[in-house]
Formats: sequence, structure tokens, C-alpha cells
Amino acid sequence: MAKIIVITSGKGGVGKTTTSAAFATGLALKGQKTVVIDFDVGLRNLDLVMGCERRVVYDFVNVIHKEANLKQALIKDKRLDNLYILPASQTRDKDALDKDAVEAVLDELAEDFDYIICDSPAGIETGAQMALYFAEEAIIVTNPEVSSVRDSDRILGILQSKSRLAEQGKRVKEHLLLTRYNPTRVAAGEMLSVDDVEEILAVPLLGVIPESQAVLKASNQGVPVIHDDDSDAGQAYDDAVARYLGDERPHRFLEANKKGFLKRVFGG
Amino acid sequence: MSLMDYFRKEQTSTASIAKERLQILVAHDRVNSRGPDYLPKMQQELLAVIRKYIAISDDQVQVNLEQQGTASVLELNVMLPES
Repeated sequence: MAKIIVITSGKGGVGKTTTSAAFATGLALKGQKTVVIDFDVGLRNLDLVMGCERRVVYDFVNVIHKEANLKQALIKDKRLDNLYILPASQTRDKDALDKDAVEAVLDELAEDFDYIICDSPAGIETGAQMALYFAEEAIIVTNPEVSSVRDSDRILGILQSKSRLAEQGKRVKEHLLLTRYNPTRVAAGEMLSVDDVEEILAVPLLGVIPESQAVLKASNQGVPVIHDDDSDAGQAYDDAVARYLGDERPHRFLEANKKGFLKRVFGG
Repeated sequence: MSLMDYFRKEQTSTASIAKERLQILVAHDRVNSRGPDYLPKMQQELLAVIRKYIAISDDQVQVNLEQQGTASVLELNVMLPES
């Protein structure tokens, strides 16, 4: 049976799709058979970040409407044999997903995969609720910034009240992933620190991804950033996946680079 | 911290302002959205009952629901005006 994990945040633009692509790829790199589903119907982007946009023939909504079967819609990753992508539809209306049909698709996938990663759309509307409804675990992607933290707290509330596990009186297991972290600004008192965000949200920390040029470079090329193992963001995602699978790894990239003597005296 | 920074008057860090604002906001949001659905309405009705006897404003009544182990504690704080 597969484990269903939702990547969610409430707020848009914080790194959900980047994280979904990196995390799913990371699990696959560690030998787990993984499928990543784009729930953002109408605004599909996961295929671009994963670099398979030209191979999309059928999508999630086609499968739901039985216009195609899962085998036809699943796209095999071009680098990893045990990683598949189920793209969102680009043109259909937002309410194209219904609970029973989504459940049927997830059940079919669960027979075959170790992990099902659900890339949630932003907001708290149907699409986002559908992405989180069946989740057993959730990765809350948060930026160290007031509106993102607030929206994450809202999504946490929805997870623990509107998900299937919540309806059964159980809890969805939560993980905090802090992205776009800038240690230099934190040291200068201009940005909320990891400790601040952890304290406010009270969710166990899975990882901290530093603000990094590698993320844009990776999405430009359609290669999940975790493949860029020279980069800080790639390594931070690798740590997060390893930690998720039970490795003990210290958190890195939390301290600003030490400035040279001249910079310290004259600023800059 | 560079030498120049010592001459610039530094106020409270903006990060600590953000943290303080968030803590207040999140606590408030949680009462409204995570408590039972009836909580906001009950708060309004309690306020209406108290107003029958005492003239108070909205911010003089605080309703908090706290989880303590298996029990929930409903805390009602009414600030009475000096008469």
C-alpha cells in the first residue's frame, strides 16, 4: 500500500511545485517507487518543472472522466525508472475533480506504488481540499514571511478538520518545510528565523531550503533541483528526503556565510 | 554588523515585529477557525446577554477555548466597566 503525502501551503508561490518535483524525485532516487500528481487543474505546471511537458497526452481529468486509463496518462520520468508523473488538465474547469473518482484513481495507484505525492494548488478551494483530503501525511511548505506563515496555519486547521483521517477522528502527520530561507537576512533581523516559524506553527521541522539561484536554473531546464547535487537547495532537499525516510541528518544552511574582514568593517 | 551600522540608529528588528504580529493573529485565527463552529455565534450571543445588563464593547469580552489533555476548557473573560 502506498503512502499518500500532500504538498500544501495555502499561499501561492512559496515552492509547492518545486518541492513536489524535488521530493518525489528524491524518494525515487532512494529506491521508492513514486508517483507525483498535479492537482492544479487549469494551471498545470508540475510537468514543466519535471521536464515532461511535451510528453503529456492524457491527464488526470481524462482518467477521472474515463477518457483514458491510468497507464495511458502516467508519464514515466526520463531519468528514473521508478518515478511517474500524472499531469493536471490544462483546459477543464476547476471543479472537474470529484471525491469518489479521485479516490478510485488513488486506490489504483496505491496497488502499484510506494509513495503518492499530491501537489496541491494554492488557496483553500475545491482543488486544494481534494489534494489534501486523502493524505496521510502533509508537507507544509512555508516561506519565512508573515502571509505565508498565516496561510500555513489556516491549511493546518483544514488538514485536521476536513481530511479523511480527520473525519475518522485521526490526525494527518504534519511536516514543516521552510523554503526560500535567507540566513543573512535572518542574522540581520530582517527575516523570521526557523525557530520563530516552528514556534508559531508548532509543526515538526522536516527541512530548511535556502533561497537559491539553483531553483530557477533547475526549473528553466525542467530538471528537479534535487538532481543538482552541487547546489545548496539540491543538497537541502536531499537531506529532507533522507530525514523523512528516517535518517538523522543535521540541518544545514541555517547560518550566514562569514563575511571577510573588509566587508565586516565597511559593510556590503 | 559593519562599522557603518553602529552609526545608524537600529530600531527593533522587523523580524521580531513580524513574529509578535503573527503570534497574536494566529492565536486569534485558531479560536475562530479551529474551535467548534458554534463558537463565534456563541460569543455574539453571550455578548448580547451581558449587554442586557451592562454596557460593554466587543473588545471587553474574550472567549477562549483551550485544549487540556482530553478536556476542553472554555474561558470567558468579561471586563466590567468601572461604575
